Amino acid sequence: MTAIGFSRGDLYYLLPELIVCTGALLLLLADVALSQQRQARAAWVAILSLGAAATLLAVMSASETTIARGTFAVDGFAIFFKLLFVMSAAVTVLLSHRYLTIEGGRPGEYYFLVLCATAGMMIMASGIDLIVLFIGLETMAVCFYILAGFLKPNRRSNEAAVKYFLLGAFSLALLLYGMSLLYGLTGSTALRAIATALASGSSGRLLAVAVMLLVAGLGFKIAAAPFHMWAPDVYEGAPTPITAFLSVGSKAAAFAMLLRIFFEGLPAFHLDGLGSVFGQPLGWASFFYVLSVLSMTIGNLAALTQTNVKRMLAYSSIAQAGYMLIGIVAGTPRGVSAALLYLVVYAFMQLGAFGVIVLMRREGVAGDELRDLAGLSSRQPAIGIAMLLFMLSLGGIPPTAGFMGKVWLFASAIEAGYFGLAVIAVLNSALSLYYYVRVVVYVWVRREEPGTPPIVLSRAMIVALAFAAAGTLALGVYPRILFELAQASAASLGRAEPMLGWLR
Amino acid sequence: MLRAYIPIFLFILVGIAFAIVTLIVSRLVHAEKANEVKLEPYECGIEPQTDARDRYSVRYYLVAMLFVIFDVETVFMFPWAVVLDRLALFGLIEMFLFVLILVVGYAYAWKKGALEWA
Repeated sequence: MTAIGFSRGDLYYLLPELIVCTGALLLLLADVALSQQRQARAAWVAILSLGAAATLLAVMSASETTIARGTFAVDGFAIFFKLLFVMSAAVTVLLSHRYLTIEGGRPGEYYFLVLCATAGMMIMASGIDLIVLFIGLETMAVCFYILAGFLKPNRRSNEAAVKYFLLGAFSLALLLYGMSLLYGLTGSTALRAIATALASGSSGRLLAVAVMLLVAGLGFKIAAAPFHMWAPDVYEGAPTPITAFLSVGSKAAAFAMLLRIFFEGLPAFHLDGLGSVFGQPLGWASFFYVLSVLSMTIGNLAALTQTNVKRMLAYSSIAQAGYMLIGIVAGTPRGVSAALLYLVVYAFMQLGAFGVIVLMRREGVAGDELRDLAGLSSRQPAIGIAMLLFMLSLGGIPPTAGFMGKVWLFASAIEAGYFGLAVIAVLNSALSLYYYVRVVVYVWVRREEPGTPPIVLSRAMIVALAFAAAGTLALGVYPRILFELAQASAASLGRAEPMLGWLR
Repeated sequence: MLRAYIPIFLFILVGIAFAIVTLIVSRLVHAEKANEVKLEPYECGIEPQTDARDRYSVRYYLVAMLFVIFDVETVFMFPWAVVLDRLALFGLIEMFLFVLILVVGYAYAWKKGALEWA
């Protein structure tokens, strides 16, 4: 009889997800129940439920256990990622508030989708079973397809939604095919059972095909070249706060899933075991090596020529995914924790940069072209300084967080013996400075065009941008806390055991 | 392991063979007397009014989608009802929660006017 249903512990450890889902349902009801004037209150429901979830996550931050019959891990790794998702969702809500008023979308529906996507991401961070991971991914992806097309009268937004949906569905099919092959090879969908089953038998070529499909499917979600084609169009067309959330949350969630699958399910095949190419042993690190180099190079080269800031940041985010993959190629505890650390750093600077673009959206001004940023520093000096900070951080200049993140990533590559990769990364990093500094030039040197409407700061926007800027600076000056947190989280990967005691 | 699939393989073979044999035999023995009524598309005995490639309201899709969602809900309830005695109180609460979530969706669709036809 104990095999059926959930125990008290299961429900306790699922509470953060349940709270986010309840908040989402309330928002859906609020959309039809509240009058037009009171719609703005929807944002409060979203913020409060995200806050409650974050508090609970902080309370259970020391736990290390698996629940729901070993399909769902609540460990440092999961909580690290979940806090990141909740944080970026909250910043997205803050950024969206005024943007939605200008664009005229319904806040209830919008925040409902944001919270549902967050719940999906949280499941992706905890799942240690292929099916749970896939359900989380689908939940998140479907919400993003709709959110990308949320500006219904906007053709670009529609285009973004259709492109993202079609390509996303295709990539999910690849991922699912890879998963089904893994299941076929091992007879289990639980990642640890897969690891055990693969350790005993030799599977060779078929496993290589499965890994390739998994890499392609996940590569799409993290927007790594050569699976990046969708990113610029979708990022440009989607509502700007959603672009921010997509580039931070969706990417981090896909990284969480990637780390779970490859470090818990296929740890033995890091460097070899998948056949050989040109006499060299082939492991999954080889695939990520190629992805990493391509992403960095293609992303940075393409970003150089962009005049639309959202598009430029899309290519930049492809390049950033390439940097993060370095930690995964290295595969050492230091590499994984560097990737985790960089995801947090990236969240702060990317949300901040997109926040400034959201701010530029006024009545009659789209605000996502480079020339729209001209003269920002003389109009709003504080925002000018914040943008300078975000751009320097994205480019990896001290004393910002981006610098510390890159130092750790590149050091992990050198430590693991990937000198070539480190050199390519450093060269790319130097190259990327050109287009980041170009934004700064527009903000600080160019003069504004006369007759453009004023930039109005709302309270929510100030909170969001101040938070992002504080994070970017604080983690650059004093990164130690995050270092330790990332290390502990990376170390907890694959260690959680089913719980004992009263909660059972 | 592959031996277990032999009956399925045979089943496929028989299926294909049956289709081919029927088609060939009927082609060989049937009489060909086509007339106008016989060549019309078959529509449950009703005479076709217009061409099938016609514009029709997008609302059909909306209603069809809502139907699918709530139809699947019912399908989920059948296996639940079969094992309800073993799921006990937990199962009952769980199903109530499930239906509650769907009711929220239903209320949303209703208030949004998705069920109105005009």
